[in-house]
Amino acid sequence: MTYIAKPRLHHPSLAKNRVGFTRRDYEGKISTLCAGCGHDSISAAIIQACWELDIEPHRVAKLSGIGCSSKTPDYFLGNSHGFNTVHGRMPSVLTGAYLANRELIYLGVSGDGDSASIGLGQFAHVMRRGVNMTYLVENNGVYGLTKGQFSATADKGSRSKKGQSNNDAPIDLVTLALVMGATYVARGFSGDKTQLVPLIRSALAHQGAAVIDILSPCITFNNHSGSTKSYDYVREHNEAVNRIDFITPREEITADYAAGEVIDVRQHDGSTVRLRKLHEDYDPTDRIRAMSYIQEHAARGEVVTGLLYVDPEACDLHQQLGTVEQPLNTLGAAQLCPGAKALEKINASLR
Amino acid sequence: MKPTDISAPDYFHKVVDCQWACPAHTPVPEYIRLVAGGRYSEAYMVNWVSNVFPGILGRTCDRPCEPACRRSRVEDETPDGRERREPVAICRLKRVAADYKEDIRHLLPQPAAQKNGRRIACIGAGPASLTVARDLAPLGYEVVVYDGDRLAGGMMRTQIPKFRLPEAVIDEETGYILDLGVDFRGGQYIHSLKAVLDEGYDAVFVGCGAPRGQDLDIPGRKAAAKHIHLGIDWLANVAFGHVTSISKRVVVLGGGNTAMDCCRSARRLGGEDVKVIVRSGFEQMKASPWEKEDAMHEGIPILNNLVPKAFTHNGGRLTGVTFQKVRSVYDENGRRTLVATGEPDPHFECDAVLVAVGQENAFPWIERDIGIEFDKWGLPKLDEKTMQSTLPNVFFGGDAAFGPKNIIWAVAHGHEAAVSIDRLLNGEDVAARPAPTTSLVSQKMGIHAWRYDNAISNDRRLRVPLRDVSAALKNIRIEVELGFDPQLAFKEAQRCLNCDVQTVFSNRLCIECDACMDICPMDCISFTHNGDEDDLRTRLQAPALNPNQALYVSGTLKTGRVMVKDEDVCLHCGLCAERCPTGAWDMQKYLLVMTHAGCARTGASEAQAAVT
Repeated sequence: MTYIAKPRLHHPSLAKNRVGFTRRDYEGKISTLCAGCGHDSISAAIIQACWELDIEPHRVAKLSGIGCSSKTPDYFLGNSHGFNTVHGRMPSVLTGAYLANRELIYLGVSGDGDSASIGLGQFAHVMRRGVNMTYLVENNGVYGLTKGQFSATADKGSRSKKGQSNNDAPIDLVTLALVMGATYVARGFSGDKTQLVPLIRSALAHQGAAVIDILSPCITFNNHSGSTKSYDYVREHNEAVNRIDFITPREEITADYAAGEVIDVRQHDGSTVRLRKLHEDYDPTDRIRAMSYIQEHAARGEVVTGLLYVDPEACDLHQQLGTVEQPLNTLGAAQLCPGAKALEKINASLR
Repeated sequence: MKPTDISAPDYFHKVVDCQWACPAHTPVPEYIRLVAGGRYSEAYMVNWVSNVFPGILGRTCDRPCEPACRRSRVEDETPDGRERREPVAICRLKRVAADYKEDIRHLLPQPAAQKNGRRIACIGAGPASLTVARDLAPLGYEVVVYDGDRLAGGMMRTQIPKFRLPEAVIDEETGYILDLGVDFRGGQYIHSLKAVLDEGYDAVFVGCGAPRGQDLDIPGRKAAAKHIHLGIDWLANVAFGHVTSISKRVVVLGGGNTAMDCCRSARRLGGEDVKVIVRSGFEQMKASPWEKEDAMHEGIPILNNLVPKAFTHNGGRLTGVTFQKVRSVYDENGRRTLVATGEPDPHFECDAVLVAVGQENAFPWIERDIGIEFDKWGLPKLDEKTMQSTLPNVFFGGDAAFGPKNIIWAVAHGHEAAVSIDRLLNGEDVAARPAPTTSLVSQKMGIHAWRYDNAISNDRRLRVPLRDVSAALKNIRIEVELGFDPQLAFKEAQRCLNCDVQTVFSNRLCIECDACMDICPMDCISFTHNGDEDDLRTRLQAPALNPNQALYVSGTLKTGRVMVKDEDVCLHCGLCAERCPTGAWDMQKYLLVMTHAGCARTGASEAQAAVT
């Protein structure tokens, strides 16, 4: 918690992007989270990613549920649309908004409580429907707002600050998202922005259900030696399978790599994600292999991070429904209501 | 890079740009906070201890601190120049302390109860000599100050016009020193240093200034001599009331601060058509930018690139000055030469000329066979740190030492010379200089509360209110600047970034959560792999482009990386420390106080201690 506003003054070299904004223009209000919270680093990564992508702030809608993580949309993109919804119900509201206006960029911000406990059902359904969005889970393994009880993502055997052991099996949101049919699945760490910012950038560019599970240490309740979601533990057990070097819509990729070092994933909107391999045998386009890979490494106590799965042929909800290109919220009564005669005709055909 | 050694006194001192730039190393942010808090007497004393003449300097200082001010590196500017980056008005806040203080005489050192039997002569009663007297008299030295003028102050009294520096301020601040039991012998011009030495003084300090104005030896100078005056002599005559008027059309030759004082004085003594005509271009003029502004504000045009060629006259009466038009040409080494443009020579009609083209040192009263050596420019050979001449018990300071500088340099010289004299007469090594006193104290008051205002003001530099021009020009003794009132002073003081409140980092406590890096409004903080300085400067959060500003490098962190902070544009807002979960960052006030002569024994250091 900080009382003074972040000063307006900035570094003299602060640059503007193609749409005329500096990185500072993508900031929000000053954070009221605990000092050192991983969530604040994620907010900084979102700011950086949106600035780099030349996104106009008014084209973004950020939606969240309830919890520490769900407070964070107040701390970034202060000039974007926002909706702080009910606990665990962000996916429904996001889906509705997306159906009404397909032209906005949807950013769902949630946490492990909001997504893996009260909102687990909503989480599963929004993935299988293929809503075009970037769904960020700020995952710290505890209920920070209610003083640090284990959440559903806490690892079995990990210990609370007071020393109790967690006996329940953890929900792995990455695996769940893969099972449910998400088309872009990644895991990041709030303490590694060089990995996280490109993950967010390519998720924002992905045309389908993109989810990033971001390990985000709770500095107050879950950053001790018995925790498996502390800064130290995640750093020691982090196994990054790849690094996104860049994502480009149309430009030529010019950087030179030896054969076998990189994978280019061309998506059907024309963009390419170039991945530098860190684990030689990892193929991020193979969903089945990805699931077993993640599970194998989890069993060894390793936290697999990076872009875990991407479907280059992703299809979103509007395509599946065959809706018109024009956003539904801009259609007039004449377009939406075909009139009595048309109704007669339809009714007649059903008789 | 190696981890930064923050225990070296210079490291944090350099971060306080203003204090580092001040020759006397006045703790500027310290007194600005006191001004903001309305604690004017204490702010005055912080100044008085360091720079001896806060009221005088608050009006007349050359302000080396202001171009150094960090504020002028962090503000936005617009290409059209409507919004400029500007430093805090440090100098004029000093004046506020002097204007609004209460009676501070009880805070001053007392005259020594007992003399120590040592006798010091100071030649000249200007800022350098008076500083020596102030530092030594309370220690028990018997200090005798000689001056050719009846009153103390030297050039502060004779060369600075009263509309910039009222007589009362000079009387007050020279009085504080003379009241310390100093034996002032006004009106006693020294004709022989040998004679002074023969009187058995233990040490002599020469602070006689650079009392000779340079003349302009061009045709017509002698014939029209009656109407051509040397600037500093004329100003002295004005100051003492010997000159009370000047003719209507005046040309001032020269582009320094003396020329600015001459033209503005002429404007007040009957000069209606007053011009300043300068050899150099406008930007290259030696005068401070604000002094040029002040002159132009009073309707005085400044004409540039004109070299005086001849005085025209008719029967002993001056009729004008002829000039040659030139332009500046720079060679590869940046050396300037003035080249004639070939245009016809302009002639400016006038009835009087003031020549303010420079000052020279003159020591006709120092015998050349008493052991004091001079260099080829006629300046004494001195040790730059100790101010000692080749005759061990004779010291120089102020303009007499290294040629014309300014008041604040004279004060700095005075302090150093006083330290030297004190050490010499106590049988200590003069070359060994006492280290400054430093302290570093956490400003943390509560979880997010600090002992200083860490919110950053967005105000632009405030203008000092001026007296209406027509009223100001009526009387040469009416002060033009009205000074900040307490409300304006508070607003201006809040622009200060408190650069003395240092960001102190402990790598042992850091957990590398990035919180400080994320919150820093200036992108000063980076966590990265170590490298050499040139390499590191390019790959920080924001490039570190100012090589004069240090990088603060931590010891190695858990991940093998280091924290690197670019000191250049840090706002000292303390947000890094507020967002730090482990207290690895702390805001700590660094106070550096120069050690003056016999510091431990003086009331001055007690006064300093009382306010800090």
